[in-house]
Amino acid sequence: MTINRRGLLGAGAALGLLSACGSNSGRDDGGSGDGPKLSQWYHQYGEQGTEQAVKKYAAAYKKANVTVQWRPGNYDEQTAAALLTDSGPDVFEVNGPSLDQIQGKQVADLTELFEGVKDDFNPAVLAPKTYAGKIWGIPQVIDMQMLYYRKSLLADAGVRPPKTLDELVDAAKKLTSQKTKGLFLGNDGGAGVLGGTPLYAAGLELVTAEGEVGFDDPAAARTLGKIHQLYADKSLLLGAPADWSDPSAFVQGLTAMQWSGLWALPTVQKELGDDFGVLPFPKDGAAGKPSVPVGAYAAAVSTRSKHQKAGKDFLKWLWIDSTDRQEDFALSYGFHIPARVSLAKKAEKLRKGAAADAVRYTTDHGQAEPLLWTPASRSAYQDALSRIIKDGASPDEELKKVVRKVSAELGRVKKKS
Amino acid sequence: MTTAAPREQQASGRRKVWGHQNRTLWFWVFVGPFLLGLGVFTYIPLGWSVYLSFFDAHNTVTPDDFVGFGNYTAMLRNEAFTDSLWTFLVFSLFIVPATYALSLALALMVHRQRRAQAFFRSVFFLPAACSYVVAALIWKMSIFNGVRFGLANTVLDWFGADQIAWLSTTDPPWYWAVIVTVRLWLQAGFYMVLFLAGLQRISPTLYEAAAVDGARPGWQVFRHITFPQLKATSVAVVLLLVINAFQAFDEFYNLLSDSRGYPPYARPPLVYLYYTALGQGQNLGLGSAGAVLLALIIAVVTVGQAKWFGLGKKEAE
Repeated sequence: MTINRRGLLGAGAALGLLSACGSNSGRDDGGSGDGPKLSQWYHQYGEQGTEQAVKKYAAAYKKANVTVQWRPGNYDEQTAAALLTDSGPDVFEVNGPSLDQIQGKQVADLTELFEGVKDDFNPAVLAPKTYAGKIWGIPQVIDMQMLYYRKSLLADAGVRPPKTLDELVDAAKKLTSQKTKGLFLGNDGGAGVLGGTPLYAAGLELVTAEGEVGFDDPAAARTLGKIHQLYADKSLLLGAPADWSDPSAFVQGLTAMQWSGLWALPTVQKELGDDFGVLPFPKDGAAGKPSVPVGAYAAAVSTRSKHQKAGKDFLKWLWIDSTDRQEDFALSYGFHIPARVSLAKKAEKLRKGAAADAVRYTTDHGQAEPLLWTPASRSAYQDALSRIIKDGASPDEELKKVVRKVSAELGRVKKKS
Repeated sequence: MTTAAPREQQASGRRKVWGHQNRTLWFWVFVGPFLLGLGVFTYIPLGWSVYLSFFDAHNTVTPDDFVGFGNYTAMLRNEAFTDSLWTFLVFSLFIVPATYALSLALALMVHRQRRAQAFFRSVFFLPAACSYVVAALIWKMSIFNGVRFGLANTVLDWFGADQIAWLSTTDPPWYWAVIVTVRLWLQAGFYMVLFLAGLQRISPTLYEAAAVDGARPGWQVFRHITFPQLKATSVAVVLLLVINAFQAFDEFYNLLSDSRGYPPYARPPLVYLYYTALGQGQNLGLGSAGAVLLALIIAVVTVGQAKWFGLGKKEAE
């Protein structure tokens, strides 16, 4: 047979097509143990050693062959897409699970795993994992956010640590100078990170226990107007190279106060020593109370998994029975509060200084976003908050629009159940 | 004789199937894989998207809750979506003429340059090799960051002006300055090269004839010789610019998004739909409806543009 040019090209193209279809599923690291193969997904934690730790936990489990996938990038989008297919994870970490994931039957019911230990989980973070009386995810660790302030800068300006929102507005204005801004709420002026926190501080809530809009109240507009005041006073740091979740702006002295997460505490402590303190979001109005947002990544089981039972057993072993590993995960790498009340009380690192304050705020003032607060509601509210803060839009009118949209969204999700 | 006839028939039958010299076979060998790819990766998703747009599809691509045109009416009544269309319109109305004028001006200047033409050509073309994401991050973090040591704010400081939070200020909308400059910087060089090619094709005899007829060099020659001669290039450049503007996503997303989402300003439709369908919302039905609407708008604009420029007509007509 002679090989002509056309035949050669054709064969080459066919070969190329075949080899391009080859796949590398990349699922062969860190696995051990007998029994069914389970794939477990985590989002990428910034702290050193976390990846090794979770791989170590997986390797220690003997009843299944668990392989860990560490996934950098847009984790929420990745898992959402993967859960639509059969090649997704068996067990996975999720910043949720969201109401639509639960209603869409994408995650398995884990209620039975909590037998006897349910009361040991922090109720504030367990509530958003609960729907229709069943629990859909095991809270891993608690993250919370709070206000960091620089003691020396406040003392120089003759400002007391603010106890009310009005005091915060005044303090931020007084602390603003040519080189330093008073307060950093993120580069977007706070619309993203604050979310419902100011509403809770005004004694309101996002969604009531009855599943209605919880901020259809003139107090909401009044409080959000004060956040605009911060912006209008030019007290807010904007356009910093690193956003609110990173304490750089605070430790570099670009701002005297910054809203950030508990995870930033070790860095701040290392850089500033004793020259800082932490506060909850200050209360506003007569009915107000201080507020800190709390949240927890949860471990969930995909209903697409072929080994749901094995997946549940593994999660029970790791996130319910192995308290030593839970403590290690919460405190040895980053800085989080264990989701188990008994562990949080025991932890040495959380007993003194700012860390102890943070734990106290979490217990006394912690507010988690309710499960019924869906992404559609959140983005409608966040858009309105941004317009109120930056454009000086009328809080009354903006909130009226949000209340309408959120009511419609709450109606949609209630209809489904 | 009795056996020859069927054999001949067989041969002619095979020729019918495979064509003369197996041309039909080879046609499919070469075109088939690409057609298959086009079908699997373009037309099936497209069709599926249209299908999804008629369903309430939260977190699923195989929905069963038919809602008719519900998603379409919801999308058209959704202020965030209509705002994003306006944003996009304003952006295109500015960026298309601006890039056109800038790249034409650069091309004319480089074309006149007698020495070091290759050097200037490469210098202006180089940004085209930079990725939108990288450029957007440089613009966001070092040139136009909001703190006192950002490049733009350092320059302002020399003149004693206050520092500006470029991407966070909505009144005046400084963020447009950042978005527009990054795109101009990235695009202008590429279109300059297209214009240069067009300029080099203009016959020198035209200029000589114009000089003989007493046309003054400069504006008059440009207006009556250079610009009309660049018509074909101009049409191509404008078409490409409009298509590029439709695809506005990269620099917007990288400049303005953060871990908590995207601000409600300077949000083009693709960014908005990305968050609706693929963000945590996972509202694939609503997102698909928006995508179909956007595709319809693009189709209408493109057809209109082709008519307007007389694209596809024979040169002679």
